[in-house]
Amino acid sequence: MNLRRTLKATAAIALVATCGAAVAAKTLVYCSEGSPEGFNPQFFTTGTTADASSVPIYDRLVEFEIGTTNIVPGLAESWSVDRDGTSYTFKLRKGVKFHSNSHFTPTRDLNADDVLFSYNRMADPNHPYAKVTPGQTYSYFDDMGMKDIVDHVEKVDPMTVRFVLKKQEAPFVADMAMDFASILSAEYADKMMAAKTPEIVDREPIGTGPFQFVSYQKDAVIRYKAFDQHWSGRPKIDNLVFAITTDASVRYAKLKTGECQVMAFPKPADVALMKTDPNITLVQQNGLNVGYIAFNIEKKPFDSKLVRQALNMATNKKAILDNVFQGAGQVAKNPIPPTLWSYNDRVQDYPYDPVKAKAMLAQAGYPNGVDVDLWYLPVTRPYNPDGKRMAELIQADWEKVGVHAKLITYEWGEYRKRSKAGEQQSIMYGWSGDNGDPDNFFVPLLGCAAVKGGGNVARWCDKEFESLIQMAKLATRQGDRAGFYAKAQVIVHEEAPWIPIAHSVRFDPVRKEVTGYKMDATAHHYFDKVDITGQ
Amino acid sequence: MTTAAAIATPAALPAPATELWRAFRRNRGAVAGLGFVVLLMLFALLANVIAPYSPSEQFRDATLARPSLTPIGGHVFLLGTDEVGRDILSRLIHGTRLSLVIGLVSVSLSLSGGVLLGLVAGFHRGRAAEFTIMRAMDVLLALPSLLLAVAVVAVLGPGLANAMYAIAIVMLPHFVRLTRGAVLGELAKDYVAASRLAGASTARLMFDTVLPNCAAPLIVQATLGFSSAILDAAALGFLGLGAQPPTPEWGSMLASALEFIQSAWWVVTLPGLAILLTVLAFNLTGDGLRDALDPKLKT
Amino acid sequence: MFSFFFKRVALVVPTFIGITLLVFTLIRLIPGDPVEALSGERGMTEERYHRLIHEFGLDRPLPVQYADYVWKALHGDLGVSVITHEPVFSEFMARFPATVELSVVAMLLAVAIGLPAGIVAAVKRNTAWDYSVMGASLTGYSMPIFWWGLLLILFFSVWLGWTPVSGRIAIQYDIAPITGFMLVDSLLAADKGAFRSALSHLILPAIVLGTIPLAVIARMTRSSMLEVLREDYVRTARAKGAGRVRVVAIHALRNALIPVVTVIGLQVGSLLAGAILTETIFSWPGIGKWLVEAIHRRDYAAVQGGILMTATIIIGVNLIVDVLYGVINPRIRHA
Repeated sequence: MNLRRTLKATAAIALVATCGAAVAAKTLVYCSEGSPEGFNPQFFTTGTTADASSVPIYDRLVEFEIGTTNIVPGLAESWSVDRDGTSYTFKLRKGVKFHSNSHFTPTRDLNADDVLFSYNRMADPNHPYAKVTPGQTYSYFDDMGMKDIVDHVEKVDPMTVRFVLKKQEAPFVADMAMDFASILSAEYADKMMAAKTPEIVDREPIGTGPFQFVSYQKDAVIRYKAFDQHWSGRPKIDNLVFAITTDASVRYAKLKTGECQVMAFPKPADVALMKTDPNITLVQQNGLNVGYIAFNIEKKPFDSKLVRQALNMATNKKAILDNVFQGAGQVAKNPIPPTLWSYNDRVQDYPYDPVKAKAMLAQAGYPNGVDVDLWYLPVTRPYNPDGKRMAELIQADWEKVGVHAKLITYEWGEYRKRSKAGEQQSIMYGWSGDNGDPDNFFVPLLGCAAVKGGGNVARWCDKEFESLIQMAKLATRQGDRAGFYAKAQVIVHEEAPWIPIAHSVRFDPVRKEVTGYKMDATAHHYFDKVDITGQ
Repeated sequence: MTTAAAIATPAALPAPATELWRAFRRNRGAVAGLGFVVLLMLFALLANVIAPYSPSEQFRDATLARPSLTPIGGHVFLLGTDEVGRDILSRLIHGTRLSLVIGLVSVSLSLSGGVLLGLVAGFHRGRAAEFTIMRAMDVLLALPSLLLAVAVVAVLGPGLANAMYAIAIVMLPHFVRLTRGAVLGELAKDYVAASRLAGASTARLMFDTVLPNCAAPLIVQATLGFSSAILDAAALGFLGLGAQPPTPEWGSMLASALEFIQSAWWVVTLPGLAILLTVLAFNLTGDGLRDALDPKLKT
Repeated sequence: MFSFFFKRVALVVPTFIGITLLVFTLIRLIPGDPVEALSGERGMTEERYHRLIHEFGLDRPLPVQYADYVWKALHGDLGVSVITHEPVFSEFMARFPATVELSVVAMLLAVAIGLPAGIVAAVKRNTAWDYSVMGASLTGYSMPIFWWGLLLILFFSVWLGWTPVSGRIAIQYDIAPITGFMLVDSLLAADKGAFRSALSHLILPAIVLGTIPLAVIARMTRSSMLEVLREDYVRTARAKGAGRVRVVAIHALRNALIPVVTVIGLQVGSLLAGAILTETIFSWPGIGKWLVEAIHRRDYAAVQGGILMTATIIIGVNLIVDVLYGVINPRIRHA
């Protein structure tokens, strides 16, 4: 009797399996630009690794609304902050499931233990998982200064966690949306620790995200499959494949032949060709970054506001955009990009007026011009594709108003070290936002503490500006904070410690069969809401 | 045969020049190669005169122009333009200068260093000096040449000069081995014993007596070294480690070639063709030299 | 026989020491340190910088670091990659099969075409055959192989669409990496489509990588054959009435092959060098590309371990070739 039943069941399953296989699986192939450093986003900071780990495999307590920098609920349904602004309580979503793999099948849903594990692993040096592999560090956790912000995390009840802060820090919630704040499975960690193989947690990741990790062939292919039980619904595609292709032209060739449906980081020259290709849709988004020239106000002639403003007017930003960015950029007039909330569009950029600039220089006491040093970037950065070219253009522009710039560069590490020490006169630099919060731009780049810290390469410390950004840190309502930041931008514009040059514009080329693809404000690539027609 | 060797007097130069030329001339390929090399030298010397435009001048309204005789904006670009509108013909001509300099500098450095070390190693056979030198050369040979060059350039920083030093280091072991082998061969001969008896010092022996007789294979190797230096420099330029833009070195011109493989084939094909023809010319010349000197070597 | 072998092996030891010294010094001469290279515009807190330096052992005196490196290497521990925190040995072995597969197929092509071409050129000396073979091989010898690869991609992949542009196999084939060799693994998985895909991805890079060895083997075979064909014993064989083919195949070839075997062995080093460029152009996930990237990113451990492994392999192959040469040619053994 039992045997018959088993046989019947087996036959039924076989039938269903073959029927299932008959419906072709939808596979999306993404041509990525490089190999991920690993699969635990807590260790690494590059976008390439985030795309392969935190984006598909994990979720966080809160997330960025796609295409904007607004914070929306993620694994936390809601959160509240107490009166003092030092205690944030997150209520976790019920029924969130974890992935399973050959080593692990979850026996419970997401709860507070997972949040505590994920956070304490980074925060507590004595945590059993703090040091699983040699050389591993929690880069972003350290760099964002979480240790100085958060005192501890506590479990209020199985579905509620509370972060107790050491001081008021309004951007804290935005920090929780960052990749390093991804939530790992405490149960998986315990099981692997008991099996004496804790490193598997980082190599074969288990998360709550829309895609499950299947396999990784080094430097070649990463395979994921859709997670049926994802809390926001199963992705429409069944399989996700990353084809690692380091050369941009090869990625483009593969996109054209249909070997991949989405590609990363096209070359500006190819973008023009893609615009006319009927098979390719070009989705674009402003980068969360800024490229600028900073004037070291501690050194003459840049101690004079007139000089700084004059050079702002002497620089032909449009020519730089055309020549260096070739269309993949947008002129910058503020330190923050337009995608960031609190961007003050009412600020009027300095017009390109070399005649007026020369007059202002004369007024400032330099009628016959002056000699200055201009440092330029030796490497390509997201906010600057060609530092040398940009420097040559600026040198030519400044020459026209009598300012003779000597171009200097150093190896990237040297460049950073020396700029921290303040050796520069004028310097080309930039910044990519981490957490979609304006605080993340203003404080490290233009704040007074950053002069000593070294990130403020203009070495500019303005009392009024400083008080505005500090008040914005303490206020908890976004409307209030936006007001402070808007005023701060007016001051930056007036005092002109920088020439803001450009924000990069990113293009994601997508084949026309792909629907629903949206670009994020950060440089991540999201595939959970994407569908493919005709497959 | 032996009697001929016994009475052969060591010549000051590898062989009477006219005899060498006559043997060389018989090889038509080699003559063609030499002719091309001379042509290249002319290009290099007269680059400023021959090239229609400056190699770094950008014609913004004629980017990625096809090779043609019809002028664009009043300018004719016989071999087309690159992605920022620079005339490829002019860049190729100026690049000749760079390629010849690369070959010259790398080979000279490598040759002089290699000969010195090879002489020392040969003369101190069986002693510590030889052992250290030959093992050091083994070490250099154990690493793939391009990898070693990449590592050296990473230390020194990208740039044409540093690329040349890296290439010189990579070629060194070949000259050392060659010199040492030739020296060992010569040391066994009677005229050396005779000179020693006559009281010649080691240094005098090294440079005045033995070295001139080893010159033949060295010259051949040097000529072939020219071509491998040009190829290596091109490879480093292709990897972004050699000449930096806007220097019109042929290899770095190819570095951005992948980008235009579909849209502008001339940007991809022409610099590579230039490298091929140059290297071919040097190889033909070197082969011809070797064949011409061969009979001399056999004695 | 054994003393010959041991002498050869003994010479390898100081070479190894030299390699470790060279690699150790070279990577440390590169300006900047790996920890600096890890941080972006944000920079790094002093505390984390010093902690990382300490963990990588970079705060110890240089001789101690060197001794540690050599000691661990002798025990098979090549350290941990600075970038990925994975053991260097497993990073190397994960990518090595790809390079080996490419090199082996390239060498097979080079021998399969170069050897007969050289023989034909020698036998039909100074005819059109000879000139075309020699001309072709001289050209192959003089070409920048990255340019050659680009041209082949342009012609066969872009214009004709016969071959794929990059990678080892088409995306839809998920073959279990049992040996790491795509051709073998797809056969083991009994997947004909996968095998064909792997082959079509392999053909162009193998041609590019094999071009220089092909040219060298063709020339070497020709000159070696020519020398042998002139020898007295060949004339004797002909005089005795032995057929042309028999003379060539049995007598001449056997002796002519001796230097050719050496050349094939020596080409291993140049194959690995060529692999760097070939892997870059064809996005082939092998060790050539990995090593160059490691140098750029100052991954000390990866560079030290990776180059040591590469050198070991080259020395190993040279050793085998030397011994084989000694076996084939008794005159060398007893020199």
